[in-house]
Order: sequence, then structure tokens, then C-alpha cells
Amino acid sequence: MPRDSDPAVAGAPTDRQRLMQVCAQATAAELDRALAALDPLPAVETVRQPEVGLVMLRGRVGGDGQPFNVGEATVTRAVVRLETGEMGFSYLLGRSQEKARAAAIVDALGQNAKFAARLEAALADPVSARVAAERAASEAETAATRVQFFTLVRGED
Amino acid sequence: MEAHASQTLLPGFADPVADAQRAFKAVMQAMSRPARAVPFEVALTAPAPLSPVVAAMLLALADYETPIWLDVPLRNQAVVQFLSFHSGARIVREPEEAVFAVASDPATMPPLMLLRQGTPEYPDRSTTLIVQVAALRAEGLRFEGPGIKREAQFSFPGAPSRFAAELAANRAQFPCGVDLIFAAPGAIAALPRSVRLVKEA
Amino acid sequence: MYVAVKGGEAAIDAAHALLAKERRGAPDVPEITASQIREQLSLAVARVMSEGSLYDEDLAALAVKQARGDLIEAIFLLRAYRTTLPRFGASAPLDTAAMHIRRRISATFKDLPGGQVLGPTFDYTHRLLDPALAEAAPSVTVATAPGAEREAAPHVTKLLDGQGLIETNPPADPDAPVGDLTREPLEFPAGRDLRLQALARGDEGFLLALGYSTQRGFGRTHPFAGEIRMGELEVSFVPEELGFEVPLGSITLTECEMVNQFKGSADKAPQFTRGYGLAFGHAERKAMSMALVDRALRTEELGGEVTAPAQDEEFVLAHCDNVQATGFVEHLKLPHYVDFQAELVLLRQLREEWVRARDASASGDGKQEAAE
Repeated sequence: MPRDSDPAVAGAPTDRQRLMQVCAQATAAELDRALAALDPLPAVETVRQPEVGLVMLRGRVGGDGQPFNVGEATVTRAVVRLETGEMGFSYLLGRSQEKARAAAIVDALGQNAKFAARLEAALADPVSARVAAERAASEAETAATRVQFFTLVRGED
Repeated sequence: MEAHASQTLLPGFADPVADAQRAFKAVMQAMSRPARAVPFEVALTAPAPLSPVVAAMLLALADYETPIWLDVPLRNQAVVQFLSFHSGARIVREPEEAVFAVASDPATMPPLMLLRQGTPEYPDRSTTLIVQVAALRAEGLRFEGPGIKREAQFSFPGAPSRFAAELAANRAQFPCGVDLIFAAPGAIAALPRSVRLVKEA
Repeated sequence: MYVAVKGGEAAIDAAHALLAKERRGAPDVPEITASQIREQLSLAVARVMSEGSLYDEDLAALAVKQARGDLIEAIFLLRAYRTTLPRFGASAPLDTAAMHIRRRISATFKDLPGGQVLGPTFDYTHRLLDPALAEAAPSVTVATAPGAEREAAPHVTKLLDGQGLIETNPPADPDAPVGDLTREPLEFPAGRDLRLQALARGDEGFLLALGYSTQRGFGRTHPFAGEIRMGELEVSFVPEELGFEVPLGSITLTECEMVNQFKGSADKAPQFTRGYGLAFGHAERKAMSMALVDRALRTEELGGEVTAPAQDEEFVLAHCDNVQATGFVEHLKLPHYVDFQAELVLLRQLREEWVRARDASASGDGKQEAAE
């Protein structure tokens, strides 16, 4: 079975997983812009039409115990194949079929030596920078609401 | 999944919604009119030795919550990859774990008692056995039961000698028991657990 | 016997058109959009997602609009929608300790590692209506502070770990099946996995009332809010055809850990026990109520006697789903003419028998009374 043979199951994320994470964080416009910047692309064949479905989200009892089902989320997936042979997959929260297709193309391009490096500048760097800036802004706003408690002792000692 | 293996993957339904509905309708008609052949033409190309008709049924009916058992000739990489990619179903080792079991040859089909029989509370939790056959014949064993007007005759080439006895045992534990679908090129027929074998006079 | 209806289809169509007109309200007031609801009524959206058991902010916002703000109707719409979609699988279990925290408070540990941040909360507001909000309010500027180095924010159990003062979860068994009440009907007794799933999609009002009842003495659990946290968390999923974890994107979650005093039992030393709540979006009241009820439902497991409604698994789980509840309550308004006719016949017969029996006993006593 494929699951046993794949080194990516445990440990540090692979480059491919990191690029998939970038796609999950990217907006549809960012993905389109990146693909436009890499033009001309190899011809893309659709292996699986973008399809909307569900993934059951699992929590853990007490945050760290036995898993339980919290509820589902909408997820859209797509599979494409480049004329150069690489297959690209995507699974993304939400129902954007355009985004799922674009992310599948990015996954395929990431496996192609000619495009992999250029994807960094065209997609990974700008998306990561935007996400980091947004997160820093959110953290700074949250930090302003930090409270500290002091225990005051009454009496002589 | 290895990249080079992916490149050989055959496509699934050309029109997923309409093709799946056609397959579902064929199975529904076969189940509601037991022991009668229902025409079912498919345009799908399936990896050998999986028949296109069976491939179409599994793509319509199976998903990641319905594990599939395949007999030894079917359990090759191309078939496993095709089914797990297009249906999302897990391929399991033991027939009793399967919601759908597929036999490539009637002579070696698994004994019905080895499949999941369901429980009295949940008779639906049973296996559906799909058997690839060369042809469907409107002669041979005689059946009666819901969906059959008086009597229907049905057989297929290569049935094992144990088959009639197994069907009788299957019916005896109703509402538990397995449902069977026989797939020939261009047609299917079903023997749901509700059919009774007519005893020879 | 049955009752036929004439002109029903036209009446239903006209009623639907009238409903659409009513939903729109006065045409001179601008129509609200689903994205406005998603952004500005986000707590309604969160509730619809949790109880509709589907994380999709846009669909939940659309449901709120279509249901004219009736949240149970919106939840019903979302539940109906999810049945039309195939399920690809289940996510890797969420690691809530890795959450990007936007709110985190503890009522028990003042010096919580990772700190306490109030975040966007109604707490400490004066609950005075703000007339300035009636029309478009001026834009808000928020304060910022240098964010400390992102500190680890462990769960409360880790704080008292190793001393046995607080119960720990047994290590998770990755091969154990995870119960799913959307696939298999609920059977009692249910495991804690199924109970938490039922509570996560359970009605906030019902759980709130049950949690409150435990505080008022109907099955006391002596709770403290050990920790409440809200923020964003990345979700990942292992597709069968890929065999490795694929990041799907981020969702907002609210988590509550109640810490409950426990006097111990024959085989358990006194220690703090825990109740757990988890909900989609920012849904603090829901998560807290869920944690109270989760702990109450563990009464038997912890050697206690079930005496109160909140401790009664079948009572809680069979009644917490508001879509089921509203279906059964509201079905009473559908025509029951034949049922009622049968009841009427039965009632007439019972009354006749009652009168006959009364007359018989009256004549037996030698008294003469006029028949009814």
C-alpha cells in the first residue's frame, strides 16, 4: 500500500507538502498571478475534474486524547497531468473549483525541475510574506489585550 | 503513490454525474428484478482483468467508507490504483472486511459464508459480492421471490458446484445474508438475498 | 381512509413567493449580502457551522440569510446540503496546542505559560446599547503591542502533569475506530467519542441550560474554567491515493477545558478531572456548556450515581440535536386529520362507556339521575 512506502508520513514536511501548504494559504488571485508569471506552461490535462466534497474534522478528547469527530468541512480537490508527465493533486478547504485546479497545476509544476525553483519566487515567497505580515499584525493586536495578574498579600509579612 | 505509476492511471468516468447515475440505475433495476439480465453498456476502459462493467459499478457505488476486497488475479497494482484513485475506497485483504467483494472468475468465487452477513439489527451491514462472468443465461436454476413474477431462470457459465447449496443457506438466514451481482460484458443480473431457489420436483 | 387536498400545489408556491418577499423586507432598505453576514454576524455563522456540523463560512452565511435569521432553520439548511456531498475522508486529529491564539484565558492558573490574552470579547463591556452602531459606525483603530516571541501554549493538564493532581488522557490508540453518529445510529451506552460528537453538533441553548443545571445542584461537578482558547489552526488530511498528509487550510476553533474537583472513588484517588468542549468559529458559550455537560456525562465512569438530567446519557444525547428536535416538534403542525378522526371516534366510545358505567352504578345505588 502506498501509505507504508511514503517517507512523508512522519517527520518534517517535504518540499511538496510545503508547496501544498502555500497553495492552501494562497488566494485564487495569487495562484493565478504565479501561474501567469511562469507562462509558458506545459499543456495540462485534467485527470479529475475539480470536485467538491467533505472531510470529517477530528479533534481529540481533552486536546490530546482519543480522536472524535467534530464536524465536516467542505473541501475541493482536483488532479491534473502535465504533458511532461507529472501528476498534480490538490485538496483545499472551501468550494473554489478554479483554485483547486490551479493548486493541482502548482503541485505538478513543483515536481518538474524546470519550474520548481521558479515557483519559490513566483508563489511561495509572496504568499509566505503576506501570511507572515498578517499573522504578525494579528499577534500584535492580540498582544495588546494581554493581562497580567498579581497576587497581593495583605498584612505585615 | 509513485509518480511513474500515476502516469499510467486510466481515466475514470468521462461524465461523472451522468455515468454514475446510469450505473446506479442498472444496479437498482437488476436488484429489483432479480435473476433477470439488465443491459448495461459502458464506455469505460478498465485495467485488466477488471471488467469495464464492474469498474463502472464500483466507481458509482464505492467510496472511502466502503472497503473493497479483490480476488488474487484482480489484486494487481493497476487495478488497486485505479479503484483507490477513482473511488477513494480502501482495498482490504480479508473478504469479511469488505462492503464490496469482487471475484474475477465464478469458479473461484469466495464462499458466501466467508463474507459479511450483516446482523439482525443491521442486516444492511453485509457484503455485496460482484462476480465477473462470461455470459448471463435465462435458463438453469429457477428462482422465485420479491420482484419475480412467478418464476425466473438464471445461470452463468462456470458456476461452482457448491453454488446452489450456498444460495439456499444464504436465503435461510434472511434478513441477514449477502447480495450477489453478476457482471457479463454489456449486462448485469442480481441475486439479492431475498430470492428463493425453487426445488426441483 | 385518507384525506385529499385540492389546490395544494398552487397554495404552496404562493406561500413560498410570499416567504421570499417577507425575507427581503422593505425594498427601500438595501439587501444584505451573504458576505456581510459572514463578516459582521460572524458569531451567528459560527453557531450555524458548529450545529450544522459543516465548516464553510460562506454557506453558513447564505443559510442565515435564506432562513431570515432563524438559526435552527439555517442549521437545517446546512445539514441538508452536506448530505449531497461525497466524503473524501477524515482529517488528521487537530492539534489544538499548535493554535494561533487570538484569545486565551484561564480562571485557575493566573501565570499560564504562553500568557493570557483577552482577544475580541464581550466580557467587560457594559452591555449598553450603542446608538452609533445603528447606522454605519466610524472605522475602528485597534491598539497593538509588540508580540512576545511566540511562546508555546500547552494545555492546562500539562501544568500539573506528573503530580497526579489532574487526570491525564490515556495515550490515543491510532487503530481504534472513531465512532460517527452521522453514519451509524447512536446506541447507548455511547463512547466518549460519540458523546463529544453529539455535543459538538448539539443545540447551544439546550447544552447551556443543562450546564447551568449542574451548577445549580442537579448533578454538581464543581467546575473551574481551566482554559478557554480561540484561534486559527491548520487542518491536514491524508488522501488514500497520496498516502501523505496534505495541508488543507486553516479554520477557527474555540476550545474549553473545564477542571473539576473530584473527591475520588473506591479505585481512584482524589484529583481534578476534566470536561472538554470544542466548537467551530468563536463559540465560547457553546464550548463551555459542552465541557460542563461532557464532564457531567462521565459521572458513571468516575464511580458516581446518575441522578440528574445532565448526567443521563440517553436523555442528553437523544435530545440535544436541534434539527431532530425541531423536526419532531414541528411535524405536529402537518395534517393529522385521520389520526385525529380516529382519536375522536375512540373518545366518543370511551365517553359512552363512562356514561353507561356511571348510570349502572347509580341505578345500582338505587338513585335516579338523568342521563347525560
